[in-house]
Amino acid sequence: MTQVLTKPKASKGKKSPGYSKDMYLSWFETMFRIRKFEERTLMAYGQQKIRGFCHVYIGQEAIAAGMTSALQAGDAVATAYRQHGTAISRGIPTRECMAELYGKATGCVKGKGGSMHFFSREHKFFGGNGIVGAQIPIGTGIAFAEKYKGTDNLCVTMFGDGAARQGALYEAFNMAMTWKLPVLYICENNQYAMGTSVERTSNVRDLYKLGASFDMPSEEVNGMNPESVHEAIERAAAHIRAGKGPYYLEIKTYRYKGHSVSDPATYRTKEELKNYMDMDPVKSLEARLIADQVASPEEIEEIKDRIKVEIDEAAQFAEESPFPDPSELFTDNYMEPNYPFITD
Amino acid sequence: MNLSLRDALREAMSEEMRRDESVFLMGEEVAEYNGAYKVSKGMLEEFGAKRIIDTPIAELGFAGIGVGAAMNGLRPIVEFMTWNFAVLAFDQIVNNAAKTLSQSAGDFACPIVFRGPSGSAGQLAQQHSQTFESWLGNTPGLKVISCIDPVDAKGLMKTAIRDNDPVCIMESEVFYALEMNATPGGDRAYSFAHTQIPTLGDLPADGEDYTVDIGKAAVRREGTDVTIVTYNKMIWTALVAAQELAKDGIQAEVIDLRTIRPMDYDTIIRSVQKTNRLVVVDESWPFASISTEVAYAVQRHAFDYLDAPVVRVNSADTSLPYAPTLVDAWLPSPEKVIQAVKSVMYR
Ligand SMILES: Cc1ncc(C[n+]2csc(CCOP(=O)(O)OP(=O)(O)O)c2C)c(N)n1
Ligand SMILES: [Mg+2]
Repeated sequence: MTQVLTKPKASKGKKSPGYSKDMYLSWFETMFRIRKFEERTLMAYGQQKIRGFCHVYIGQEAIAAGMTSALQAGDAVATAYRQHGTAISRGIPTRECMAELYGKATGCVKGKGGSMHFFSREHKFFGGNGIVGAQIPIGTGIAFAEKYKGTDNLCVTMFGDGAARQGALYEAFNMAMTWKLPVLYICENNQYAMGTSVERTSNVRDLYKLGASFDMPSEEVNGMNPESVHEAIERAAAHIRAGKGPYYLEIKTYRYKGHSVSDPATYRTKEELKNYMDMDPVKSLEARLIADQVASPEEIEEIKDRIKVEIDEAAQFAEESPFPDPSELFTDNYMEPNYPFITD
Repeated sequence: MNLSLRDALREAMSEEMRRDESVFLMGEEVAEYNGAYKVSKGMLEEFGAKRIIDTPIAELGFAGIGVGAAMNGLRPIVEFMTWNFAVLAFDQIVNNAAKTLSQSAGDFACPIVFRGPSGSAGQLAQQHSQTFESWLGNTPGLKVISCIDPVDAKGLMKTAIRDNDPVCIMESEVFYALEMNATPGGDRAYSFAHTQIPTLGDLPADGEDYTVDIGKAAVRREGTDVTIVTYNKMIWTALVAAQELAKDGIQAEVIDLRTIRPMDYDTIIRSVQKTNRLVVVDESWPFASISTEVAYAVQRHAFDYLDAPVVRVNSADTSLPYAPTLVDAWLPSPEKVIQAVKSVMYR
């Protein structure tokens, strides 16, 4: 098993319930799908088929997998630009995601958003925000609407360790607690905001403690395996659905690549990276499934082969799709169909 | 002399920091990472952590800390990783930096520089592709500079740091690598992406403490047939267009505003009085833009000199999506400028 990442804390939760084989295999499949998708993304970026800012999710896959298994279909998600894995785990097809990265008309937002801005009403995926921290109040507002409409859905509002230093967090946390909104805040603490480590941004290094000043239930979670993520989110979701208001999880993880494709990540040591590579969530889950005889090597291979074909097909689909027509510039700016744009 | 915009900006900040202890730089990734775009490379090493300060991602907070420090005797340079993120800090820039002097009836000045890249930079999509010259230029109390000419950007940065008013400086992510190549004889040219374009302007003498006045435009290319007014990275677009137009026998005069507020109307009007035609090339959105302002001033003060209505080339009146086809359709290009020039020449 992987260890809690830094400064292990006694688990607040119950002992992990044994999960079904199906659950384990579906976690593995999701995580492997994200990993292969992101590897393909990096390759296509190298070939200049993908441009602009591109932030991959490699290393953080267990969070997306464990989160999605613990949510219900009507739950919403709002996150930041490091979102490919989150979007895929919520069900946006990899071919639409890849086509989006290629800027193609068949992408999940017609080639208009690119790497940072996936959206899907169908999957209640509210983006893909490029402004650090902006989604914290927005996710809170999405939760506000669920409560207003009287559903039992919640909104998962995800942000990075860097985003946790934006003032928006404090304002949103306060209102969410005051109004008992059905929002699950998740800080994906991958320990760096670009080149800045968590320690360099605050006195308060345990980010889950930020909830304390609002009396918000807050916990630290190991993000390197899907079980601990699933278990924590299931518990938090039950609390929220019981009408008790927000819950906040700081999920500890690590990004294996640079901040974006152009970042050589020289601010961290080789030893540190190796230490975390040794607890690779995808590889370690695979090894555990085989060692614990949850699945046979053949079953794992079958999943891997299937995913590799899926990702190849996604890339081919992206490759062969057309770019949006230039006239698309003037669509989707206003709901109003005949908006009078200035053209001269 | 070969000087890139990136190096020019760093030299300006460093020279001013050597002169004046009260100047310091703060922003995201400016110190240990050497700047997201390496503008502040090496400055932490020279000036130390007291004066080159990495901030958390908290634009509203650190801009406000800059304002307070400026009111209390320091001269902060606040870097925004890009101006898109400065939107979070507009409260401090617009409600405070710009208004402190008026509110305190002259008791508190706010000598602060807010700086960073502005404008689109390829396929960065809606939130990362905006220009703010017209937003901030609209605000009394602020001065706004937007210039990619390395020599002039350096001189303007130095002036801005010494200036006793708040100054917003808009740079260009794409053109940080633009180089000025100058010969001792006084010829200067821009070199970018394997292309060289001759350009006019002043050159400092060796070792001169060179500054450029805020509020003065520069003629980058002389011409007699049409005036093209522009600023920031559109200067490149305009100069490329002017070279093409010359092949057709059209001599365009290209004016680089350099400062947006206060605007140098005189230089524009003098040129229009000579050429009788005006095209404004402006990356901002068309509504209430820099081009609108220039066109107003020219119709007001040079109406009788105009042989054709003023035409402008702006970015499309839309958010900028990601796909390359949409970026191309959105941004002013040399082709669009050429077309606009030909329309005011009735050709
Ligand atoms: C308001 C704002 N400021 C700065 C940036 C530039 N920026 C983009 S990502 C980033 C780091 C964010 O780190 P974190 O929140 O930890 O997320 P991670 O990238 O690690 O997933 C910064 C500074 C931005 N996009 N928005
Ligand atoms: Mg982070």
